Amino acid sequence: MLRSITRSVLSKSQRPALLRPRCYATAKVAFDLPLETHTDLQKAHQDLADARANSSEVVESGTTALKHAYQENTGFGTRPIYLDMQATTPTDPRVLDTMLKFYTGLYGNPHSNTHSYGWETNKEVESARKHIADMINADVKEIIFTSGATESNNTALKGVARFYKKTKKHIITTRTEHKCVLEAARAMKNEGYEVTFLNVSEDGLVDLKELEAAIRSDTCLVSIMAVNNEIGVMQPIKEIGALCKKNKVFFHTDAAQAYGKIPLDVNEMNIDLMSISSHKIYGPKGMGAIYVRRRPRVRLEPIISGGGQERGLRSGTLAPSLVAGFGEAARLMKQEFDADSVHVKRLSEKLTNGLLAIEHTSLNGSPDHRYPGCVNISFAYVEGESLLMALRDIALSSGSACTSASLEPSYVLHALGKDDALAHSSIRFGIGRFTTDEEIDYVIKAITERVEFLRELSPLWEMVKEGIDINSIEWSGH
Amino acid sequence: MTGPSRTQVLALYKQTLRNANGFNNYNFKHYFLRKARTQFRDLKDLKDPAAIEKAFSAAQRELGVLKRQSVISQMYTFDKQVVEPLDGKKTQR
Repeated sequence: MLRSITRSVLSKSQRPALLRPRCYATAKVAFDLPLETHTDLQKAHQDLADARANSSEVVESGTTALKHAYQENTGFGTRPIYLDMQATTPTDPRVLDTMLKFYTGLYGNPHSNTHSYGWETNKEVESARKHIADMINADVKEIIFTSGATESNNTALKGVARFYKKTKKHIITTRTEHKCVLEAARAMKNEGYEVTFLNVSEDGLVDLKELEAAIRSDTCLVSIMAVNNEIGVMQPIKEIGALCKKNKVFFHTDAAQAYGKIPLDVNEMNIDLMSISSHKIYGPKGMGAIYVRRRPRVRLEPIISGGGQERGLRSGTLAPSLVAGFGEAARLMKQEFDADSVHVKRLSEKLTNGLLAIEHTSLNGSPDHRYPGCVNISFAYVEGESLLMALRDIALSSGSACTSASLEPSYVLHALGKDDALAHSSIRFGIGRFTTDEEIDYVIKAITERVEFLRELSPLWEMVKEGIDINSIEWSGH
Repeated sequence: MTGPSRTQVLALYKQTLRNANGFNNYNFKHYFLRKARTQFRDLKDLKDPAAIEKAFSAAQRELGVLKRQSVISQMYTFDKQVVEPLDGKKTQR
């Protein structure tokens, strides 16, 4: 009895479904149930509107300032424009598309070689490795997956130095490197190695003569980054590579910002080790790789001990989804290289010209040897952090994300010989594949307006306009 | 081997544009629209039948990705960008 009732209920509920015109479940979900995520700005706008509705006099004094702080109530959205591509890039939808199947069906361990679950993920991992190697003209076996460029840099600096510790005790790097290279070098100093930190010129470039003079008979590694993360300066990698080869020293380059964005060829440039990051090339975060040359072989001591995956240099199970996403991102970087380069260069020129048209602004770093996607500009007589606060509708940074928590001025700009005031007033703009013309126009307009506004508030600016040389003033009270 | 006809290519182009427009994310939408336009324009003068066939099937694969991803983009939505008008009118570009 019970069974017959349930059956009849079931069949009744199924029947109309069969008669209904065919529709896709995905589309239905999409329109019925969007999962909305709001920006913090939305809340700020709401608070402001509420405050204004409640009291008119209190807010009035601040209104003029706030009007300049961000665009309000003009029938446009609230989500800021993303111009911090050196910190990280948005994940490309095509990358996400390759990654999704690893979370739905392909869950095998790529190192399991006894069953097809392992084989199928292993196949995907190897094809990803191929895409990553192709971009820099490397061999498939020379790519070692790591958790990111920080781990790659540590592996290179600590690994090579420790392996050759009996005979070689000297490392060369520069002052403008990323924090993780500097810190790894400092850690090696504590282990008894000698480290030379090369100075850079005003343009941010390494002096090759100085480098050659610094190389000693017991030097094991030279580590110089390809593209600087704060000022976008491109080092003469090919010349440095040739110099290192001549002196039989291993050459490591941190290419997190350069991989896929400028032409790199490990054989032509004599690069022995290269750090690569996935999330700087529109791939997933938490993924990276290190290129380790096989001929002539570069030996290094692994930091992580374990099951011997990745030629024993980096043990631990790989994350096939991240690896495949990274591989797809690398493939796209190669496929879209020309289109992206043209696009980024065009927008970069537009932005640079637009911003340098404001008086008392200057471009940091070499104007010729640079990756156009990173523009670092100093706005004199404006405090960088206050400008960033005033630019709530544009996501920018005054330097590297790791150091932006501290109020110290950027050490990279210091190394270029900029004074504290100028280093404090500099802002980095990152342009990428997904940046549009419209956004750049908006940014130029917004920055021009707000720099002017902030300068109007500044007594220093008044003096500059009156023609008083700021440096000639003798400040009292100190 | 007969390559894709003019109508087939145009239909593919139209569908690619439509799906690119389906992205909720401002940046992705404009990127894929730009990419579709330049890609189809660049491949317009392709003469070699094998190359045409290859480009056509690649574009078909990419259309599949766009179809899936634009739907996902509509499922997980975010606030509009500051350069995007709220009333949903298309911007002049």
